Amino acid sequence: MTLLAMPFEVLPAAASATSGAVDLVVFLVFAVIGLVSLGVLLAMVVLVVRNRRRPGNLTGRGHDPATIWKTELGWCALTAVVFLCLFTLGAVTFDRIERVPTGPDVLDVAVTAKRWMWSFQHPSGRRELSQLHVPAGRVVRLHLSSEDVIHSFYVPAFRLKQDVVPGWLRTAWFRATAPGTYALACAEYCGTEHALMRADVVVMEPHVYDHWLAQGDDPRPPLAAAGRALFQKLDCGACHETRLRRRAPPLEGLYGRPVTLRDGSSVLADDDYLRRSILRPDADIVADYQGGVMPTYAGLVDDDELLLLVAYIRSLADAEGVSP
Amino acid sequence: MKSWLTTTDHKRIALLYLGTMTLFFTLGGLLATVIRVELATAASDLVTAETYNRLFTLHGVIMVFFFLIPSIPTFLGNYLLPLMLGAPDLAFPRLNLASWYVFVAGGLLTLTAMIAGGLDTGWTFYTPYSTTFSDSHVVLAVLGVFLAGLSSVFTGINFIVTTHRLRAPGLTWMRLPLFVWSLYATSLILVLATPVLAMTLLLVAIERGLQIGIFDPEVGGSPLLFQHFFWFYSHPAVYIMILPGMGVISELIPCFSRNRPFGYEFVAASSLAIAVFGFLVWGHHMFVAGQSYFASVVFSFLSFAVAVPSGVKVFSWLGTMHRGSVWLTTPMIYALGFVALFTIGGGTGLALAMLAVDVHLHDTYFVVAHFHTIMVGGMLMAYLGGLHFWWPKISGRLYSERWGRIAAYILLIGFLLTFLPQFLLGTQGLPRRTASYPPEYQFLQGLSSAGATILAVGYVLPGIYLLASLVRGRPAGDNPWGATGLEWQTTSPPPPHNFAAPPVVTDDPYDYPRAPQPTAIGAGHV
Repeated sequence: MTLLAMPFEVLPAAASATSGAVDLVVFLVFAVIGLVSLGVLLAMVVLVVRNRRRPGNLTGRGHDPATIWKTELGWCALTAVVFLCLFTLGAVTFDRIERVPTGPDVLDVAVTAKRWMWSFQHPSGRRELSQLHVPAGRVVRLHLSSEDVIHSFYVPAFRLKQDVVPGWLRTAWFRATAPGTYALACAEYCGTEHALMRADVVVMEPHVYDHWLAQGDDPRPPLAAAGRALFQKLDCGACHETRLRRRAPPLEGLYGRPVTLRDGSSVLADDDYLRRSILRPDADIVADYQGGVMPTYAGLVDDDELLLLVAYIRSLADAEGVSP
Repeated sequence: MKSWLTTTDHKRIALLYLGTMTLFFTLGGLLATVIRVELATAASDLVTAETYNRLFTLHGVIMVFFFLIPSIPTFLGNYLLPLMLGAPDLAFPRLNLASWYVFVAGGLLTLTAMIAGGLDTGWTFYTPYSTTFSDSHVVLAVLGVFLAGLSSVFTGINFIVTTHRLRAPGLTWMRLPLFVWSLYATSLILVLATPVLAMTLLLVAIERGLQIGIFDPEVGGSPLLFQHFFWFYSHPAVYIMILPGMGVISELIPCFSRNRPFGYEFVAASSLAIAVFGFLVWGHHMFVAGQSYFASVVFSFLSFAVAVPSGVKVFSWLGTMHRGSVWLTTPMIYALGFVALFTIGGGTGLALAMLAVDVHLHDTYFVVAHFHTIMVGGMLMAYLGGLHFWWPKISGRLYSERWGRIAAYILLIGFLLTFLPQFLLGTQGLPRRTASYPPEYQFLQGLSSAGATILAVGYVLPGIYLLASLVRGRPAGDNPWGATGLEWQTTSPPPPHNFAAPPVVTDDPYDYPRAPQPTAIGAGHV
């Protein structure tokens, strides 16, 4: 990728596990654009010079219709094949960078965007503002929510961008490869100080990160524990934990798995599904359950508390469900 | 004065549009000037961030809705469509005049919003910012754009009916000038897509006033629904802007290559193909907004599909110059500039249509540079090329060819210097719509601002020498370029109702090998 670093540093230094793949695609498509543009330019110069208007060449000589059809169709076929290759390359790489990895080693960070700052909450409960500390080499899964308008989480060095839309809970991920400080910017215009809605992603060696995490004397309980406390306060367990499984579906082993709904369709139990189910319980009714049982919690829990509840349910992903 | 304000002559209405849109373009250009001066330094120092946001919003709203979308159809289209068809006027002359009044009313509403304190939502009006959070004059501006859209629908209906009903005897569909084909395709989009924008903007105004939940999630709406609605119009609107420009280029290149267009049927059909495919690609504005993975893949694929007919155009223009006699006049310089810049603009559009690439480049300066290359580099070059080509017909005078060429080259250089650095700003990761930026982007931003001053000179020059030609220009004669096409068979400027006797068409268009030689200055030699 040294080519891309010359002479202007076309792309910022790559710093995530997926940025190399993206850079390769960028390089390829730029090469195609450059070649085609140069070809068109060169063709124009040659045509203007060679066919210039001069005594003896005052009128054009027309074209043979058979040649026209052959070359036009050939040109369409050629562009279609090139475009198909580019499309496939873009889609395959997109699939790779969008697919959120799972596993025990994943670090879940809750991200809240509001005009005009980013705040973060680590699984341990530690909170930070305008700075996100993460360990190198570990998958960081971001759970993004917005308190007001649409923002966009953009770290150029990671080639990562995800709009943060109010009313949804989005998931994004990265695995930083090298320690360092990387710029995080809001990419979606969000009002007066949009330009200043920036933060730093500080990538540290894993042991430095552990040290940093231990240093924090933040008294907050860990995310999942805080979520558990809120869960109990709201008495969600009355239906979701009872052994009489008729009132509400169990939450153990739910996160990240497909859920069959009453209308026969299936939906992935991701962040957004959980958020939606808390705010609008009757939007998706799980197969074998009745609607109209659970009240809406919209207005009773704010965005931060939703992130806590979702963190708690997520922590149950690998728990054994009580069999009905 | 009164005869102008009550005229139903399509040529006079076209000139009314020319005057109005020149004012809007000047205003939009002045806003851009302040933006570029502000961006010459990294800090937000010339104006506050709040003012900056209003500047780029109004620049976008005015340029898109009050210049780019109406420009070629309502000025050149209005003037030329009846002439090219051999008709005395458009099918509905009074609807035509009404469209201008509605357009002016929309413009005045938007200007009122601007004077009252402005608008800070961006020209895209994204919700819930526009419906709930912005405390600027959203409703006024939205109604202004609504009226401009209504005026577009009037024009579209008029063009479609005129093309169907008022063709001269013998002027079959496959004998239509390529500019008419492109206007026809554009009119289809205007009539079919604009109502969706109108509905969407009204819903924004209603939600702002009544707090009903359509787009704001706080009251049960969906911000993504707005984006689907908005881009369902606004992506086809890109083709509303560029298709008439392509049509102009398809007139200029055959004339100044003294040759038949290469693949007439392909060029005509590609206009319709672009219009149809253009309706199916809107989701490529939402790859990172959270639409489903499947939707993103489909929209990416369809965006590549629309590039095939665009490629046909470029290839056919080059083919037309092949075996031709290429005459590098002012309009031809603009035409060639268009072909080069459209290729770069279209190519970078393909980069943005690639899913993985768009994740990095979406909402950065790369996007700004891409659409300015299509709009300013493409559409505006075509507009100026067309203006220079038909100026002798419209004014009856020849302008200074020497100054014309100088201005065209200045514009090209200014354009490249302004917008090429912005591609790099984008790949380096600078988001768009930012009043200030980190210092590492200073050099490229400064280069871009420097280029903009050259660009400004390039815009002022034609204003001077074209106006001067009205006083000092030599009479143009009926057909100074030796062009085919019915508009060149009448006097310059044409009389009311265009033709002394209704023309009859007996031949295919663009028979340049047998056309009369040009009479304009410098025509006899290189």
